[in-house]
Amino acid sequence: MTAQTLLRLAWRESRTARRRLALYMSSIAFGVAALVAIDSFAGNITRSIREQSRTLLGGDMALQARAAFPAVIDTLLDSLATQGIEQASVTTFASMALAEPSGGTRLVQVRAVSPGYPFYGEIETVPADSWRTVHDAQVVFVDPSLLVALDATIGDSLRLGQLLFTIAGTLGNVPGDAGITAVIGPRVYVSDRWLEATGLLRPGSRAEYDAVLKLPPTLATPGAAAKVARDLRRRIDPRAAARQEAEEASGDTRRGPGGAGGGEEDADVRTAITARTDSAALGTRTDSTTRTDSLSAAVVASTGLTSAQPRTRVRVRTVADTERDFTEAVARLADFLSIIGLIALLLGGIGVASGINAFVSAKIDTVAVLRCLGATSRQVLALYVVQAGMMGLVGATAGTLLGVAIQFLLPGVVSDFLPLDVTVALEPRPLLLGLATGVWVSLVFAMRPLLALRRISPLQAIRRNADPAAIPSEWNDPARLMVDGLLVVSIVAIIVTRVGDLKQGLGISAGIAGAVAVLWVAATLLIKGARRSTRPSWPFELRQGIANLHRPANQTRAVTLALGFGAFLLTTVYLVQANLLGIVQSTGAASSGNLLFFDVQDDQAAPLDSLLRARQHPIVQQTPIVTMRIDAVNGRSVTELMADTLVQRAGWALRREYRSTYRDSLVNSEQLFGGTWFAAGEQRAAARVASPDAPFPVSFEKELAKDLGLQIGDTVTWNVQGVPVRTVITSLRTVNWARFEANFFVVFVPEAIQRAPQQYVMVANVPAGDAVSAVQRDVVRRFPNISSLDLSLVRSTIGAIVERVTLAIRFLGVFSLAMGVPVLFSAVAATRRARLREGVLLRTLGASRAQVARVLLAEYGALGALGALTGMVLAFVGAWGLTRFVFDDPFNPAIGPTLLIGGGILTLTMTIGLLTSRDVYRETPMAAIREA
Amino acid sequence: MLVARGLSKEYQSGAQRLTVLHDVSFELPQGAFVSIVGPSGSGKTTLLGLLAGLDTPSSGTVSLDGVEFGSLDEDRRAKLRGEKVGFVFQSFQLIPTLTALENVQVPLELSGAATAREAAERATDLLTRVGLGDRTHHFPQQLSGGEQQRVALARAFVNEPRILFADEPTGNLDGATGERIVELLEALNRERGCTIVLVTHDIALAARTQRTIRLRDGAVVEDIHHTPVTA
Repeated sequence: MTAQTLLRLAWRESRTARRRLALYMSSIAFGVAALVAIDSFAGNITRSIREQSRTLLGGDMALQARAAFPAVIDTLLDSLATQGIEQASVTTFASMALAEPSGGTRLVQVRAVSPGYPFYGEIETVPADSWRTVHDAQVVFVDPSLLVALDATIGDSLRLGQLLFTIAGTLGNVPGDAGITAVIGPRVYVSDRWLEATGLLRPGSRAEYDAVLKLPPTLATPGAAAKVARDLRRRIDPRAAARQEAEEASGDTRRGPGGAGGGEEDADVRTAITARTDSAALGTRTDSTTRTDSLSAAVVASTGLTSAQPRTRVRVRTVADTERDFTEAVARLADFLSIIGLIALLLGGIGVASGINAFVSAKIDTVAVLRCLGATSRQVLALYVVQAGMMGLVGATAGTLLGVAIQFLLPGVVSDFLPLDVTVALEPRPLLLGLATGVWVSLVFAMRPLLALRRISPLQAIRRNADPAAIPSEWNDPARLMVDGLLVVSIVAIIVTRVGDLKQGLGISAGIAGAVAVLWVAATLLIKGARRSTRPSWPFELRQGIANLHRPANQTRAVTLALGFGAFLLTTVYLVQANLLGIVQSTGAASSGNLLFFDVQDDQAAPLDSLLRARQHPIVQQTPIVTMRIDAVNGRSVTELMADTLVQRAGWALRREYRSTYRDSLVNSEQLFGGTWFAAGEQRAAARVASPDAPFPVSFEKELAKDLGLQIGDTVTWNVQGVPVRTVITSLRTVNWARFEANFFVVFVPEAIQRAPQQYVMVANVPAGDAVSAVQRDVVRRFPNISSLDLSLVRSTIGAIVERVTLAIRFLGVFSLAMGVPVLFSAVAATRRARLREGVLLRTLGASRAQVARVLLAEYGALGALGALTGMVLAFVGAWGLTRFVFDDPFNPAIGPTLLIGGGILTLTMTIGLLTSRDVYRETPMAAIREA
Repeated sequence: MLVARGLSKEYQSGAQRLTVLHDVSFELPQGAFVSIVGPSGSGKTTLLGLLAGLDTPSSGTVSLDGVEFGSLDEDRRAKLRGEKVGFVFQSFQLIPTLTALENVQVPLELSGAATAREAAERATDLLTRVGLGDRTHHFPQQLSGGEQQRVALARAFVNEPRILFADEPTGNLDGATGERIVELLEALNRERGCTIVLVTHDIALAARTQRTIRLRDGAVVEDIHHTPVTA
């Protein structure tokens, strides 16, 4: 038989089965859709980043620091200016804003920009073009949400520190800013010529300083820009630059410490508002800064500054850095989402397998006749493999189209989280890849049941009593073993290539295999249990339904697998989400007091306290903050330690400015991890009298101690604003940074630093509503530099963000449920013929339609219950593992809603069961006999 | 020429050995028209399966034109069937997804013995010969039982088989329609010199063949040579 004849025959023979085959193959469509959508979307974002990377940075290059640039950098910038490199500056900090005449106050993110910024892209405003006036008049541009919050309109006044500005317009699209940041801290753009006059930036204030550079055309190519960046880094810090270059040359892209308690967040006082709001949802800048290592110690050495002066780290970022960091973040996000796509694909594979199983049992007669007419088993197999391939192509194509549609919807959903405009375009590679993966997976999964066709004897054409479902199979059939092997290898290969990491890929494969194994065992136990537990006293319908679970060629395993996996996925997603939400809410609620004041200077603490007392709002917490740096560890100076390449310590932790506190006791958000807490005051006083020169006890956060390579008993000498303070580590703490409380890396005994210059964070308890705004208004009028934060507002803000994230997660949940439906249909269809015949027989013997329906309900009820139950048990284990080990949070199972999901799955199963079998009880026995 | 020698077929049913066919031997010369009769369970269908090479005997041999089925594997037997054997079944067994014409073409396509055009021509000729020249593009379910069986006959003859096995070909048809089929069988037997083996319950039908082999409990109990009935 020629290939042409084969194709022709396959096409003709598939005539009536095409729709059914397409339904089975549509199982694969959801998986393909997910993969195509994710890949295309990632491709779109990556391309958009490439197109907009200059706009993201605002220029070709930027120098960034968390404190005002040291004199040496200013000199450097001046010399760059003489080389024709244009410059603009952006200073970002938090401040209170007070609107007139409404009197509303709000903590805002101020961006003070110099003329020229941004060099690329445009700051969109309403009214249009009003941005041109920013440097001419005393005006500000604000987020539209701020106007609502302050009950102000364009033209009203806004007080920032000592100055009163006119609100000239609202901000639209701002290059490099994600819209969602406005939810956390509304933005206020102002010309930097007014900055000093506001009086908001005092020494030690927390602000970010960016110098954005625009290179002349000759230097703006990637290669030339990289060279300029290298030169700059060398001039800023030769040693760090040399190290970075060596790392890059060796291809070492390992990241420094990041994430909770690490990175180079300057935030000892971690309150919601001080979270970096400009690093967008992708959280990339934190990562990149550790790579773009810039080292203050060496700056000191190279510029001749003395170590007593504050050391400021200056980073150099290029467009290429921005592009690479964003691209990597997108790739990681895509990898994570891919896992869901993969599971969808595998579920689809199971659907294809059960569907083809049903298909095969319907084709037994035809195959037997073909064999009588001289078809070899190879020809028969080829015929149906071609059909499966064709329909796999149809399913994969449908999935690809669906994926493209989703891809067009996604930017609308996530645009607020991204600091750039995502332009959607068809990317050929993801489309072809999705199509190919879909066809391959459907073929591999279809092969196993199709192999059974080889064993159909031509005798079946004359022996009408042969049971079509009972095609004998041999476990050691080499073809079957080969197909099984191919199946496993294909799945693992697809997972590993998608995840992009062999170990992780194998881990996920093992996890999936484990879940399948558990479901398989559960189904087997159900079959055994059904066989044993049936009692003659049960009603006939129940007995019959339960008996269906263990009769020959039952569908128990297939349905349990499809159902259980779907339930597993759905419930895991739900549980993890509910758990995270619960934790966020409880941390918000756990804080005592609702109005937080920070940056309270030493001399402002007493007047603020009396201001609040006068209004009967007691201060419930007052936390002192003392800034300091590390001078020496175990007698070796920081400079010495930094030069020591043998000891791996996190440079950021040695160089950073610490904001520490002193107190006698642990607070709610802390737990003692090792060592002993400070002794009582009298004992400490007695000990100090005995040995006045002994180092003071301190407690370190355990991750920080790890990064510094320190243990209990090590000594650390601090430079507390010029005064050396010797300390010894006596305890380690774990800190829950997620709580809205002032948390610290290092806690001192009071006597060590209580006389040092300090600031305070104060928390007051103020009845919600008008009282809060009145207090905030008064405080900002009297102490413009003090920022206050309404925690209930923060809670609702976080709630709003969580809501957005929840929406995305729900979408995934519904998606995984939707993809379970065709799979379930296929699994149930696998034994449709057997059930039809049995139902007809029952009808012939006098069973009513209702009775037949009840038999089916009993069967599907048992199947649905088992699938949902096993899936949920798996989900509890999965969700516990995820929250415990990935999110590092305690696990609180949400049992009620989970049961609701279970009930939903059960109902769905019974409905689908009745739907696919409707012919049995809908038609007359005679009609059904003909069909069977 | 079809030769059966010492054919036996046993099945293992639980611990019991079930003999459904016991030591059957006969020879059928080319062009013979033979019927196999016997009550239900006498082994008729088993014998048909063995003679057509659909099944393998527990002992004994079947050879068609000197080629012994037992010496071939299943795929070679399938090929031999495609070339030399035709089938007609009680329930017609047309492939429901193919039209009448396409059903008739299948054996030619499987063996690759003819080009697509030749196959279509030969199939159309045969369908015309069985009186269905105007129904070539109908699907089986659009045809009556008698018409379906005539399509099956056309399909059985399209490869010009040396031997045709017919399993109760009139069993699902009414008297007049059945008669038409038998007449066609007889005509094709005469015209093409094809050996026909007919399994039937119908004594009257058996009496119209040249020879009747009667089975009971798996053994040949009677082998009668009739005077051929001329039409």
